[in-house]
Amino acid sequence: MTMQVERPKLTIWERTYLPQILHGLWLTLKHIPQRKFTRQYPEEKPPLHGAYRGAPTLVKDPEGRVKCVSCQLCEFVCPPKAIRITPRARPEDVPDANVEKEPEDFVIDMLRCIYCGYCEEVCPEEAIFLKQDFAIAGYTREELRFHKEKLLELGGVQPDSIWKWKFKGAPPLDAPGAPKREGAGRKG
Amino acid sequence: MIPLLLIHLIKIACVIGVMLGIVAYTVLAERKICAWMQDRIGPNRVGPFGLLQPVADGLKFIFKEDVLPHHVNKVYFTLAPMIAMIPALITIAVVPWGSQLVIPSVSHDPIPGVIANLNVGILFVFAISSLGVYGIVLAGWSSNSKYPFLGGIRSSAQMISYEVCLGLSVVPVFMQVGSLNLMKVVEYQAQHTWLGFTQPLSCFIFLVSAFAETNRLPFDLPEAEQELVGGYHTEYSSMKFAMFFLGEYAAMFMASALMATLFFGGWSLPFAPFNAPAQTLTVGLIHIGIFLAKVCGFLFFFIWVRWTIPRFRYDQLMTLGWKIFIPLTLLNILISGVVLAVITK
Amino acid sequence: MAEQTVKLTIDGKEVAAPKGMNLIEAAKLAGIEVPHYCYHPKLAVVGNCRMCLVDVGMPKMGLDKKPEIGPDSKPVIMFGPKLTIGCNTSVAEGMVVHTRSPKVIKAREGVMEFLLINHPLDCPICDQAGECRLQEFSVDYGKGQSRFVEEKVHKPKKTEIGPKIMLDDERCILCSRCVRFMRDVAGQDCLGFVNRGSYSTLTCYPGMEPNTNYDLNITDICPVGALTANDFRFKQRVWFLKETKSVCPNCATGCNTVLWSREGVVHRQTPRDNDAVNQCWMCDSGRLHYKFINDPHRITTPTVKSSAMGERLALTWPEATRQIAEKLMPLKGKGSTIAAIGTARATTEELFLFNKLMREILGAELVDCVPHVGEADKFLLDADRNPNTNGAKLTGVAGEPIGSRIPAIAEAIKSGKIKTLIVHGENVVKYGVTEELLAKLDLLVVIDTLPNKVTELAHYVLPGATFAEKRGTFINARNRLQRLNAAIPSPGIARPEWQTFAALLNELGGDGGYLTIEDVFADMARLLAPLAGLNLSKIGDLGVELKPATETKGEAKTESTAAAGAKT
Ligand code: SF4
Ligand code: SF4
Ligand code: SF4
Ligand code: SF4
Ligand code: FES
Repeated sequence: MTMQVERPKLTIWERTYLPQILHGLWLTLKHIPQRKFTRQYPEEKPPLHGAYRGAPTLVKDPEGRVKCVSCQLCEFVCPPKAIRITPRARPEDVPDANVEKEPEDFVIDMLRCIYCGYCEEVCPEEAIFLKQDFAIAGYTREELRFHKEKLLELGGVQPDSIWKWKFKGAPPLDAPGAPKREGAGRKG
Repeated sequence: MIPLLLIHLIKIACVIGVMLGIVAYTVLAERKICAWMQDRIGPNRVGPFGLLQPVADGLKFIFKEDVLPHHVNKVYFTLAPMIAMIPALITIAVVPWGSQLVIPSVSHDPIPGVIANLNVGILFVFAISSLGVYGIVLAGWSSNSKYPFLGGIRSSAQMISYEVCLGLSVVPVFMQVGSLNLMKVVEYQAQHTWLGFTQPLSCFIFLVSAFAETNRLPFDLPEAEQELVGGYHTEYSSMKFAMFFLGEYAAMFMASALMATLFFGGWSLPFAPFNAPAQTLTVGLIHIGIFLAKVCGFLFFFIWVRWTIPRFRYDQLMTLGWKIFIPLTLLNILISGVVLAVITK
Repeated sequence: MAEQTVKLTIDGKEVAAPKGMNLIEAAKLAGIEVPHYCYHPKLAVVGNCRMCLVDVGMPKMGLDKKPEIGPDSKPVIMFGPKLTIGCNTSVAEGMVVHTRSPKVIKAREGVMEFLLINHPLDCPICDQAGECRLQEFSVDYGKGQSRFVEEKVHKPKKTEIGPKIMLDDERCILCSRCVRFMRDVAGQDCLGFVNRGSYSTLTCYPGMEPNTNYDLNITDICPVGALTANDFRFKQRVWFLKETKSVCPNCATGCNTVLWSREGVVHRQTPRDNDAVNQCWMCDSGRLHYKFINDPHRITTPTVKSSAMGERLALTWPEATRQIAEKLMPLKGKGSTIAAIGTARATTEELFLFNKLMREILGAELVDCVPHVGEADKFLLDADRNPNTNGAKLTGVAGEPIGSRIPAIAEAIKSGKIKTLIVHGENVVKYGVTEELLAKLDLLVVIDTLPNKVTELAHYVLPGATFAEKRGTFINARNRLQRLNAAIPSPGIARPEWQTFAALLNELGGDGGYLTIEDVFADMARLLAPLAGLNLSKIGDLGVELKPATETKGEAKTESTAAAGAKT
C-alpha cells in the first residue's frame, strides 16, 4: 500500500528558507552559554555499573590469603589464552598448608584479555574477579603482562563468606575420635 | 627617518603576522564554538583554556609523515596547496586595516593603513582570489584518484559560478561610492552611512557568495567528507594538508575583511573621532582595532553558520547561484542605477 | 587350543565371551561400560568397591536340567534377589545381565554417595582432576547432590609414600589397587589399611615404604588423586597435555609409553598397554628418563670449532653439511683412516643411514656402537640399556658382540692410522677413546643432543633430536619392531639425525633422495630381509615381532609376524 505524504504548503517567505535558517542560528546561539556535558576524564571518572566487567584481577579473602589454588581452569577456559599460571606446592611452613597448591606466578596478558568474564565464572574458588579497571595502558607489551603481585594489588580483598580454610585440616592427634595415625608414612 | 621601503616591509610583516595569528586562532575558535553549541567544552588541555592548541596543532602538522602517494602527479601535487593558500595572503594587501598612522618620528607623511592603495583595489581582489580555485582544481586533478577529482570538479564549477555573483553583487556599491579604491570606499562610509544599510541586497548576496567562495558550510561541496571522503585534499597529509587548511581560513579572513570594508564601514565607526582619518597615533591604532573587531565578528558568523546549517545539495547550490542570485544582482544594479540617477539629478 | 566361549546377553545384546571372563570385561566386548574402581584387569579381584554391581539372571532349570521355556517361547530367567558385583562374576551360558536397570542405577548412586561422603571434593587442587574416575563416575552415575551435612572425617593430607610418591588419605577411596600392586606385581608387600569404618586409612607397614623400581605405577592405577607422583605433582593440568604414543628408550625392553607434552615441553611419561611387552606397567627409571629432553643446555645449532682456543661458531645446516662434506670428500675410498662410533639409542632408520654413510660411502671398517649394560630385574628392566641393540645389529653398525671394535678404534687412533672420527650420541671418552686420543684427530664430527667432553673437542658439532622429537623405530630385546612418534619440536634448529645423515649422503654422492622418514624405512625394508614388506604405518601402535635375523638369512622372502594386538 502506498501512502500519500501530504507536503505542507510553504509560503513565499518560508520558501526562501530564511526563517528556518534564522531559527537554526538562534538555536545554536542559545546553546553557547548552556551547561556543558563534557566529562573531564581522567580527572573525572565515569560512574560504573556494579556489574561492569573491567580487567580481571586476583583477590584475597578477608583474612588476607590468596584464594587462587592454581587449578588452571581459568587458563583453560580463557578464549584468547590470556592467562598463564605456574603452579607450585604451598610451602610447608605457611599456616593452612593443607591447601596444598597455589600459584607461583599468575600472568594475565591484558593485551589479549577480552574482558569476557569466563575466568570469573569458571573459578571454583571465587579467586578471580573482573573489577572495574578499564583503562589499562603501558608503554611496552611486557608492562601489560600483569603478574601475580600486580593482579593481587588490583584485586584487593573480596569481602565474601567463602572460608574454605576455616574448618579444614586434620584435627589434632589427641582430639577425641581422631584416627590413630600409626605406620611408617614419613609425615602424617 | 626610516626609508619608505622599510616601512612597507614592516607593514607587510605585521599584516601577514596578524593575519596568520588570527587564522590560527580561528581554528581554535571554530573548535571551541562548535563545542559550546553542542554543549561540550572543546579543546582545553594545551595551555590555559586550551589557548596553546594552535601551537600543538602546528607541531603535529610539522611532525606528521608527509605522504606522497606514488600515483600522483608529483609537481602539481606539491604546488597545489601553495597555490590555494597564497592568493588569500596577497589580496589582503589592498584591504585598508586602518585609516592612517601618524608617527612623526618615523615618517613625515602619515602612513596609510593599507599596504597598497590601489585604484582598482576590488578588481585586484577578484583577480587574485579567483586564482585560488587553481589550487583546488590542481589538487583534485594531480591526486589522480576519484574523490579528489570529483571534489576538484565541483569546486571549479562552484567557484566560477559564485565569482559571477560576487562580482555583480558589489557593482552597486561602487556605483554609489564612485571609486574602486577600497580606501575610498571606507572613507565614503565614514562620511555617509554604511553601505550595508543602503545596499542590503548586495550585502546579503555578497555574504552568501563568500560562503560559497570559501568552501564553507553550507556550501562545502568540494570537500563534503560524507560523500567525497575529503574532496580535493583526500590524498594530502602533513604540512601540505595544513596549507589547504590555512588557505581556507585565510580566505575566510579575507572574506570577512571584505565584508567589513565594503558594507560595514571598515575601520570607521559612525561617530567622531572614528569617522575620519586618524590625526593621532592612538586613534589610528583604534581604527585598526575596530577593523579587526569587525573581521572577528564576521569570522564568528562564518563559524556560527557552519555549525548550524546543513550542506546544500549541488543542484540547489547551482540553482541558487545562477537562477536566483545572478538575476537578483542584475536587478539590483538596475535599481541602484535608476535610484542613483534620480538622486544625483 | 581353541578357547571355550559361552553365550550370554548383556543389556539385550548377545555376547560370546571366553569362559572364565568376568562380566566387566564381557560387557566391554559388547561396548558397554560397567563402572568400577577396585577391579583392574592386571590385578587380583577383591570386589570391595561395589561400584560394578549389576543385575544377573540365569535361566531357570527344569527337572530335566534343561532351561524351562516360558509362554513367549524364550527361556525363563531367574534374577537374584540382590545385585552381583561384575568384577567377580564369571560369564555363564545363557546368563542375562542388566547394567542399566533402575535397581543398578540406584545402587550406583548409593555407592557414589557413600564414596563422596568423606571425600574432600577439592578437585581444583587435586592433580587427578581431568583423569579421575571418581569425577567421571560422579558425573555419569552419581546423584549430583549430597545429603551429608555433618563434619567430614579428616585424614592426613600429605603422607610421603616412599621418596617418589605423595599420598592424600582424604582422597583415597580404599580400593586397594595400590596394595595389590605392591604385593603382587612389585613384590614388596608394604601397603595396607589401618583403622576401621570411615576412619580406614591407607598407610605403609611400620618401618617400610615402597622402594622398588615400579612404585610409580600405583599413581597410574590409583583411580583418584590419592597417590600422586612427586615428579609430576602440581606441574601441569592433564587437560593441557598432548598425548603422544612412544616407546621408552631406557632399556632393551622397550615399554610402550605415552608422552604428555604441552607447547614443546614433555611433562610426564606413562606406560601404555601392550600385553606383548609391558602389560600396562613401566619401571620408574624409565618413566623418569625424559628430563634430558627439556634440558636447558641442549645443543640447538650446528657449530664449528673456529680456533685452537675452542671458540665455536654457529653454522646453518646447509653450511655445516657443505663444510663437513668438503672435508670428507677427499677421504672417500680411504676408509682405513676413518672410524665411526654410532649409538644403539638411535632409531633403526638412523643406524641404517649411519651404516650406509660410514661403510658404503666412506668405506670405513671400524664402525661400532657403545654397549650400555646395567643390572636386570626379574620384571621389565633389561640388562641391556640400549633400546635398539637389535636395530644396530640388524643394520650392521654394531660389532659382534656390540662394542667389540671400540678398543681397536682407540688403538688405531693412538697409532695415528685413524685420522677422522665420527661420533653419534655417545660420550666415547667414558668408553676407552680418551681425550688425548680425540685431540690427535684431524677431524672429529659429533652428532649429539647434550654437550659433553666429546662435543667440546669436536671440530663439528651437529645437534640431534631426542626420542621425543622424531619418528622412527626401535627393535627391542625380543626382536619386536616398535614405533616412535614426534611429541614435540626440537629446540633451536636441531633436527632428527636421519635428516642430517641423509643430507651428508646427498652431498657425498650417495643415492640419497630421502625426503621423509618413510623413504628411509622403505629403503631399509628393501635391503634388510627381516623388515621386508613392512612400513611405518603397518607397524601400528603396538609394534610387530620380527623373526630373528639369523633365521631369515638366505630366505628369499621374509614374512613378518604381526602380533595379535598389532591389528587393533
Ligand atoms: S576475562 Fe576472558 S579473556 Fe580475560 S582473562 Fe578472563 S577468561 Fe581470559
Ligand atoms: S580458576 Fe580460580 S582458582 Fe583456578 S587457577 Fe584460576 S583463579 Fe585460580
Ligand atoms: S580424587 Fe578425583 S574427585 Fe577427588 S579431588 Fe581429586 S579429582 Fe576430585
Ligand atoms: S591410594 Fe588410590 S589405589 Fe590406593 S587404595 Fe586409595 S584409592 Fe585405591
Ligand atoms: S570393581 Fe567390582 S567391586 Fe570394585
